[in-house]
Amino acid sequence: MKSMLLKMLAIVALFWSGSVLAEEPIRIGALVSATGPASFIGDPELKTLRHYVEKINDTGGVAGRKLELIAYDTGANPKKAVTFAKRLLYKDKVAAIIGPSTTGETMAVIPLIQKSKIPMLSMAGGVPIIDPVKKWVFKIVATDRMACQKIMEHMKAHQISKIAMLSGSGGFGKSMRKQCKMVAKDMGIDILADETYGKKDTDMSAQLLKIKNTPGVQAVLNPGFGQGPAIVTKNFKQLGLKMPLYESHGVASKKYIEIAGDAAEGVYVVSPPVVVAAKLPDTNPVKKVCLAYKNEYEKTFHTPVASFGGHAYDSLYAIADAVKRKGTSPAAIRDGLESLHNFVGIDGVVNMSPTDHLGLDTKSGLVMLQIKNGDWKLAE
Amino acid sequence: MTELFAFLLTGLTVGFVYALVGMGFTVIYNASGIINFAQGEFVMAGGMIMVFLLAGGIPYLPAYLLAIGLTALLGVLLWKLTDLSRDSSQESLIILTLGYAIFLRGAAEVVFDKELHTLPPLLGEGHLTILGATLSYQALLVMAASVLIVAGLWFFFRRTRTGKAMIAVSLDPDAARLMGISLKKIWVLSFSLAAAIASVGGILLTPITSTNYEVGIMLGLKGFAAAITGGLSNPFGAVAGGLILGIMEALVAGYLSSEYKDAVAFVIMLLILFFRPGGLFSHRGVQRV
Repeated sequence: MKSMLLKMLAIVALFWSGSVLAEEPIRIGALVSATGPASFIGDPELKTLRHYVEKINDTGGVAGRKLELIAYDTGANPKKAVTFAKRLLYKDKVAAIIGPSTTGETMAVIPLIQKSKIPMLSMAGGVPIIDPVKKWVFKIVATDRMACQKIMEHMKAHQISKIAMLSGSGGFGKSMRKQCKMVAKDMGIDILADETYGKKDTDMSAQLLKIKNTPGVQAVLNPGFGQGPAIVTKNFKQLGLKMPLYESHGVASKKYIEIAGDAAEGVYVVSPPVVVAAKLPDTNPVKKVCLAYKNEYEKTFHTPVASFGGHAYDSLYAIADAVKRKGTSPAAIRDGLESLHNFVGIDGVVNMSPTDHLGLDTKSGLVMLQIKNGDWKLAE
Repeated sequence: MTELFAFLLTGLTVGFVYALVGMGFTVIYNASGIINFAQGEFVMAGGMIMVFLLAGGIPYLPAYLLAIGLTALLGVLLWKLTDLSRDSSQESLIILTLGYAIFLRGAAEVVFDKELHTLPPLLGEGHLTILGATLSYQALLVMAASVLIVAGLWFFFRRTRTGKAMIAVSLDPDAARLMGISLKKIWVLSFSLAAAIASVGGILLTPITSTNYEVGIMLGLKGFAAAITGGLSNPFGAVAGGLILGIMEALVAGYLSSEYKDAVAFVIMLLILFFRPGGLFSHRGVQRV
C-alpha cells in the first residue's frame, strides 16, 4: 500500500518535472468579434486562428516552441475590447496580440498597447490605425484608401473622370467615403453627386434618381457592406441606369451576388485576392497561399471562404515569421514585424518598415473583379 | 415633374413597408394596451423561417403557410411567457417585449445563422414603368397585401364579435370580463394575429430588402413611428402614418440630402407625440377605434 503511494507520487513528480523542463508555449492573445454585429468578420477569423495554431503545433510549433492561443470574443464592442485587452496584457501575459476585428475597437485599445509595449496586429481596415505610425501597432489588411485607389485607377484607365458616390452611413461606408473623396482629389476625379443611405434602408431609388438626373455622371461608386449595396444594385438596375457601378471590398463575397441576383451582372467589385484564388494569374505571388488557405478552410469548415479569415492567417504567420527571425520576447516580435520583408500572405506581399506598419501595396493586395454570369471574373 | 412622381412612388414603396409593420403594433395595442417592441422581430422571424423552409426543400405555398403559422405560434408562445409575469402593469410588460426582441434576435442567430438571405420574388424580377418612374412587382404585392390586411382588420374589429370583444377588452378589461369575454383568449389571439401579419410582411419584404437576424430592429422602429404617427389604436392610421413617413423620407432624400432622411421619421414621431399624442387622426384625448 505504502509502496503504491510512493510509486504514484513518483509518477506525479515525474510528470510535473517534465512539464517544467519542456519550454512554455508562446502565448498569443486574440481579440475577435465572434458574435454581435461584426460576427461575419470575427467568426471566420477565430476559426482560422484556432485551426492554424493547432496546425502549427502539430508540425512542431515555432522555433521549437508551441503556440498557445488565448482568444476573447469582444462582440464588436470597444469597451469589451479594452477590458479583454487588459486581461491579455496583465493576466494572461501574452507576447503578442492579434486583433481586434474592427477599426473602432482597435482605436480604443491602441493607447493601452502603446503603454504596455506588447506588439499588436489589428485585423481592421481603417487608415488611422497605422497612420500616423505607432510603435507597437501593425496591420496586414488592405485599407479603404487602397480600395479607393484601386477603383479609381480602374476608372481612369477607362476614361471615367466624373462620378457619383452613394455611400452607406455605417462606419465602413463613412470611412471609405472620406478616403475616396481624398483619393479622387489626388487623382483628378470629380464627384458630381455625393449621396448616402442608412444601414437598414429598404429602398435607395430616391438617391439613385437624383444621381440619374445629375448631368455628366459617368459611373457610380457605392462604398458599403451588408444588404445596402445589394439593394442599391437592384434599384440601380430597376431605374435603368446604364453606367458602370463600382462596389467596395465590403461586398466581395458570393452572398452579394446571390442577394442582388441578375442585377449584379456587370458590376465592378474591388476585392482581396483570396475571393478569386483559383482565377488569379499564376504570376500573382499570393496565388499559392490563397489557394491553399481557401481549400483548407472550405474543407475544414464546410463554408465558403471569407476574406476576413485571411487577415487572421496573415497575422498569425507574420508573428511566427517574426519569432523565427528575432526571438520570442514582445520586443523581439515587434522588431521582427517591423522588418517583415517580402512576406507572402493572403492579403498581399508585405514589406514593413519603421515608417510603414501596413506594408501592403495595391498591386498584390487587391484585385478588380467584374460579375459575369453570376460569378467573379477578373476585370480588364 | 417626373422627378417628383418618381420620388412619390419610391416613398409609397417604402411607406407600405412601414405600414405593414406598423399595423402589427396596433393589433396588440388594441387588445392589451401593450406596445410590442418585438414586432420587428416577428417580421424577421417570418422572413427567416420562410427562407429556411424553402432551403429545406418545402414547396413555396406550403412553406408560406407554414411560415405564417409558425410565426403566429411564436406569438402565442411569447404571450404565454408574458402571462407568467407576476407584475402585469403595462409598463413592465412593455419592457418585457423589449427583452423578447433581444432574445429573438439572439435565438435567430443561433437557430438560423448570421448571414443575409433573400427569397425569389413571387411574380419574378419585373417592374412597371409609369411616367418614367419604376415600381417593382414585389412592391406592388406589398401594397396589395397592406390594403387587404387593413381591410381585413377593419372587418374584424367592426363586424365580428371577436373583434368587438377585443376592442371592449382594450377599453375596459374588467367590464369586458364581467360581460363574459375571456381576456386571456383575446390577448393570445392578438399576439398571434400580430405575429401572423408581421410574418406576411417579412416574407413579402425579403425579396426587396433581403433579411438577416437583425433586420427587425430598424423595421420595428420605423413601423413603430408609423403607428405612433397614425395613432396606435388605428390600423388605418398605421397605414397612413407609414405612407406619410415613406413619402417624407423619399422627398427629403430626393430634394434635400439623404443624410437627413432617417431623422425625418423620428422627428415626425416626436412632433406627433408632443402635439397630438393620440396620433394624427385622433380626436381630443386618446380614443381607440
